[in-house]
Amino acid sequence: MPNGRPALPDGLVLVMKQECATCRLVEPLVARIAGEAGPLTVWVQDDPSFVGGATALHDSDLAVSWHNSIETVPTLMVVREGRETERTVGWSREDWRRITGIADLGGDLPPVRPGCGSMSVDPDLTDELRVRFTGDTLTARHVEFSSAEDEFEAMFARGWTDGLPVVPPTRERVLRMLSGTTRAPSDVVALCPPDLVELTVEKIAINAVMAGCLPEYMPWVIAALEAVCNDTFNMHGVLATTMPVGPVIICNGPGTRAIGMNSGINVLGQGNRANSTIGRAVQLTVRNVGGGRPGEVDRATHGNPGKVSFCFAEDELNSPFTPLAQWRGMKPGTDAVTVFAGEGPRGMVDQLARTPDELCQSLAASLLPMQHPKLVIGFDAILIISPDHGRIFREAGWDRDRVLTELTALTTRHGSGLVRGAGGIAEGIPPHLADAMLPKFRAGGLLITYAGGGAGLFSSMVAGWANGSVGSEPVTRAVAS
Amino acid sequence: MTGVNDRTAGNTVLDPTNESRPAVRTLLERPDSLEGLVVGLLDISKPRGNVFLDRIESRVTAMGATVLRYSKPTFTKPAPVDLRHEIATHCNVVIEALAD
Repeated sequence: MPNGRPALPDGLVLVMKQECATCRLVEPLVARIAGEAGPLTVWVQDDPSFVGGATALHDSDLAVSWHNSIETVPTLMVVREGRETERTVGWSREDWRRITGIADLGGDLPPVRPGCGSMSVDPDLTDELRVRFTGDTLTARHVEFSSAEDEFEAMFARGWTDGLPVVPPTRERVLRMLSGTTRAPSDVVALCPPDLVELTVEKIAINAVMAGCLPEYMPWVIAALEAVCNDTFNMHGVLATTMPVGPVIICNGPGTRAIGMNSGINVLGQGNRANSTIGRAVQLTVRNVGGGRPGEVDRATHGNPGKVSFCFAEDELNSPFTPLAQWRGMKPGTDAVTVFAGEGPRGMVDQLARTPDELCQSLAASLLPMQHPKLVIGFDAILIISPDHGRIFREAGWDRDRVLTELTALTTRHGSGLVRGAGGIAEGIPPHLADAMLPKFRAGGLLITYAGGGAGLFSSMVAGWANGSVGSEPVTRAVAS
Repeated sequence: MTGVNDRTAGNTVLDPTNESRPAVRTLLERPDSLEGLVVGLLDISKPRGNVFLDRIESRVTAMGATVLRYSKPTFTKPAPVDLRHEIATHCNVVIEALAD
């Protein structure tokens, strides 16, 4: 009997509370049901003395209600061989007659009355009940702060934060966070770089609490961590590099709207809880569980502000393009994250282009200097098309492939101007490539997405880190419900 | 850290770390001299790292050490386990060199 789960006796089981008017309405029926419909067990959540005609048990710790997922009282259940086979909630004369087999049961009652909320789902009680009944599923070490310590200062002092305050990860909050996923707290999601520590769902939940997440963000945080903690994305290298990159998380699918992510005004900025805290939870997890701290394995020369959190949703509903995740192989409508080792975003202004050709010329000219005007192929990039720029492509009927084809042609140059020393600039490509025609980006290396507010003839760009097997590959993963 | 495994209520939180970090990490004892020791030089494969290591090799050899040279496949990733094991097996001391 794990977590003190009470066994259900065979026969009929009725859960009630005296405070509920519907329970009081059906209370006079209890004696007849007990007498004519076989064994009946009655549990009352508050005051069992209100039930006459049968011996009512007191579900004093709400264990029966919690473990049987009672959301409404009264709930009438049929139990056979210890297992529930049927239930009805509230008062339904038809259901109660069928379940009890008493053809004229409750003839003087109205046909239907809705029930009341069960005490086991009372918002004031659920956190306490969750700790009581599921608390032993947690294994993380407990840390008690002394009474003289301010808990927020104590978490700074222990090096657990990114420089901003974090929410104290109490057992109540962590268990509430875990209610956002069906995965067990002990499930190992990945080996978390750089220390390659087994990363459990419980540790993710602790860091998600600290980041300020809601439980419904958990599947997204888990998916993003699965996406970065592998050799393909190479989170270890992304940490260790001196370049200013961190994981950029692009979210796709209807779930982005269900959890209220921002894909519109100020999409890359502050102010949206899901955008801000999902990315932050990933970073805090890598810091605290993986051990990836600035000045230790994180050797970034400058870093960038997105290393606190850089996470946003694509505006799929208005996009002229297929969703990014779909372009990268996901089925349509899939909730998914795409992670990219990227820098902070830079804006790109073109308020005069009115044709897709003009706009592509402008975008290409703005993409060429990324990382360095003379360096090509070795770095990927994200291009975030705004609604005002996207409209130009939509009205012209240009899809993603057409835009990519045009941008690739416009960013392909002869190597002679790019070799080391050309133009008086020492940086550049090796001399043996001087006669080659070279695109700025490798095939698949320019990730186009669509997001932003409805006004502004601007787009935004994010430069990447070393790509391919020597650096980081973008990774797209489905979000499990 | 006080109160570990204390399940009393109050300002008690769950540890967000991997719980494996020792309070103090002690360094191995440093040799007084390199004479007679085997020194591994690990090139992390950044440009011109070899120039630096060539100079280190001549200096360390002059101090009486035997030098073994190694290199990582790429500077962007940790050294493979096999390489780390080989260095640990054959060398008394290792110098890992940067570049740029």
